[in-house]
Amino acid sequence: MNDIIIKLLWTLLGLFIVLNWGMLMGASMRKIVARVAHRRGIPIYQPWLDLIKLYAKRTSISHGVMFYLGPVFRLGGGVGIFLFLPLIYGSEYWSNFSWAGDLVLILYFQFFGMLGMALGAGEGGHPNSVIGITRGLSQFTTVEIPLTLAVISLALQYNTLSITEIVAAQQGGVQNWTLFTNPVATVAGMLSLLGALRHAPFNLVKAPNEVPIGPPTEYHSAFLGVLRTNGAVLHVVEAALFMNLFFGGATNWAEFIIKTFLIYFWSVFVGVVHPRFRIEQSVVWFLKIPLAIGVLAVILYI
Amino acid sequence: MDKIIKDLTSRFKVTDYIQQRPNMAYVTVQKELAISLITHMRDIEGFTHFVLLTAVDWIEDNLFQLTYILNSPDKKVDLGIRVMIDRENPTMDSAHHLWQQVATYQRELKEMFGIDFPGSPRVDESFILEGWDDIPPYRRDFDTLKYAEETYFPRDGRGSNDPAEYMKKKLYPDEEK
Amino acid sequence: MSEEQNINQNNEPKEDKFLAEENKIRLVTGPDGKQFQVNPLDDYFCDKRPQVVAPKNKIIEKFLNWARAESLWVLGFGTGCGSIEIPPLLSPRFDAFRYGVQMRPTPRQSSVLIISGYLAVKTLKRAIRTYEQMQSPKYVMALGSCTINGGMYYDSYNTINRVDQYLPVDVYVAGCMPRPEALLAGFVKLKERIKAGNAEGANEYAEKFDWYKANQKKIIKNWNMPDYNW
Repeated sequence: MNDIIIKLLWTLLGLFIVLNWGMLMGASMRKIVARVAHRRGIPIYQPWLDLIKLYAKRTSISHGVMFYLGPVFRLGGGVGIFLFLPLIYGSEYWSNFSWAGDLVLILYFQFFGMLGMALGAGEGGHPNSVIGITRGLSQFTTVEIPLTLAVISLALQYNTLSITEIVAAQQGGVQNWTLFTNPVATVAGMLSLLGALRHAPFNLVKAPNEVPIGPPTEYHSAFLGVLRTNGAVLHVVEAALFMNLFFGGATNWAEFIIKTFLIYFWSVFVGVVHPRFRIEQSVVWFLKIPLAIGVLAVILYI
Repeated sequence: MDKIIKDLTSRFKVTDYIQQRPNMAYVTVQKELAISLITHMRDIEGFTHFVLLTAVDWIEDNLFQLTYILNSPDKKVDLGIRVMIDRENPTMDSAHHLWQQVATYQRELKEMFGIDFPGSPRVDESFILEGWDDIPPYRRDFDTLKYAEETYFPRDGRGSNDPAEYMKKKLYPDEEK
Repeated sequence: MSEEQNINQNNEPKEDKFLAEENKIRLVTGPDGKQFQVNPLDDYFCDKRPQVVAPKNKIIEKFLNWARAESLWVLGFGTGCGSIEIPPLLSPRFDAFRYGVQMRPTPRQSSVLIISGYLAVKTLKRAIRTYEQMQSPKYVMALGSCTINGGMYYDSYNTINRVDQYLPVDVYVAGCMPRPEALLAGFVKLKERIKAGNAEGANEYAEKFDWYKANQKKIIKNWNMPDYNW
């Protein structure tokens, strides 16, 4: 009993670190985009201020129960991934609650938030949010396919569905990383990461200047604050998942921060130099090259 | 251009005619003939582009002047057709069957001048002024300044200067005259 | 047909000559086949008046006001000619992001409404709806001389002279039109006001609600929406 409480506290501390690291990454992403456009960009502490402001709004209105639950589901999706993801390999406390089948669970949680959001946005009743959620779901479905194929390939390669064991198999030097032992699956995974993190070319769903802002059109005040919190957590957690799957995991926090930063910025740098895809273009794009590579990765290990 | 006008005068009863530019002319016709003249110009003379429809309030003569401007893309000429209608009972035949966009102009004229175009689609709906209950604002007997002062809480202390005079006074205060 | 007449008789005579078609009382057939009467103004809209929300503890409020001031989310709603000065704000030359100014496309999320230039009566109606959909605390910035005293449209039949009669304005930016630099200066002024705790426009609107509504209804003659629509 005592053990689980101590572990819970460590997990909460981890969540706090991950949240702040995610906001810092988000801020530096916007800073980089600004520098590329020859601007000074936001102050580095802007995301925290936005969050405080959103939670400190004096009024908020609701459209019903699902409207409340939408952001909660979304946050549940993000925190759910976090809970079952080992952050630091070899550390008992920072492994959170990872167990034998956590890889499947995480793939499920990735979709869970999106579905909750769809229900909430639907209850909001704004036509733009319905359009946004339709786009979001159709893009995310196609993003998931190459990722799932890459994960299947890894499961076949390492003969396990536990992330901890996958990380363990990659220890002992760079040459043991999945990046080198299974490059085809890595390519498929990294291409689908571009869509999962939703930066440009694939940021049409939430881009503020497309059909007004997509799913969260009707969300405001603390609701939006919850969504933003989740966004920050989700960014780190997605990057950490890919770090664990393809880049040998991390054995300490410094390694964790460097690796997640680089993985995250892979998508930022791609986004900075590419214009935005329309939704049918991105769907078709994911169903062509990444899908083919994913299928190839599975075939190689059957 | 001359040829067109000559042809027009032979066919229709053109009461007045002004050659504004080499490629622009205004003809004035009777109210009853206007729509058939426009149809003739569009279908036979090739004036297929409808430029605008506007109105002028001749309050002294108790008349409204409607101006239809047509353009011929092939001949590169413009033709304005002026129609004088009675100010007391301003109605005009609708031309929305020739060009769809005429209906919008007619809707605007109905709202701003009170000129009625029976049969034009949505002509009775409000166009810009939602729920206007005064006399139509573009008529010259409508006093906009008085209306604005009564309606819109003007701010005290508002003044205006002639810019040239004001700058002269400010930059060269010593200079007389 | 007879049913419709019945409905009309049951209701008190209203001046709803201008009521939009979708806001009229009507009969709706539910999915179970039963017919029931819907009055959209009562059923679909919230008719609660805005409430005054008193500021919290002084020290906490000071901190929150600082956060609010440094994170101004502007609604991209151009009412007049001045809206052309807003996009350059985000360009490399002016870069309003430095000041914590960001554009939001939806009124629900934004905290600053910019009345950019002359406001026709038709636009005023939309601006009021937009303002009421924003969440408190919210601020209004008015650009150009047209919003201050009518500007060059002071004698127009369709352009209002003073915005502060209809919405609580926090900051005026003078000019015709003000340059983007002036807009940035306006943002800085607005920040000072918020940090000093003076920008309580939403509360003022709630307190003097009847006065504002009377002014608005005086010129918006086809009031075909609920009194307070959020």
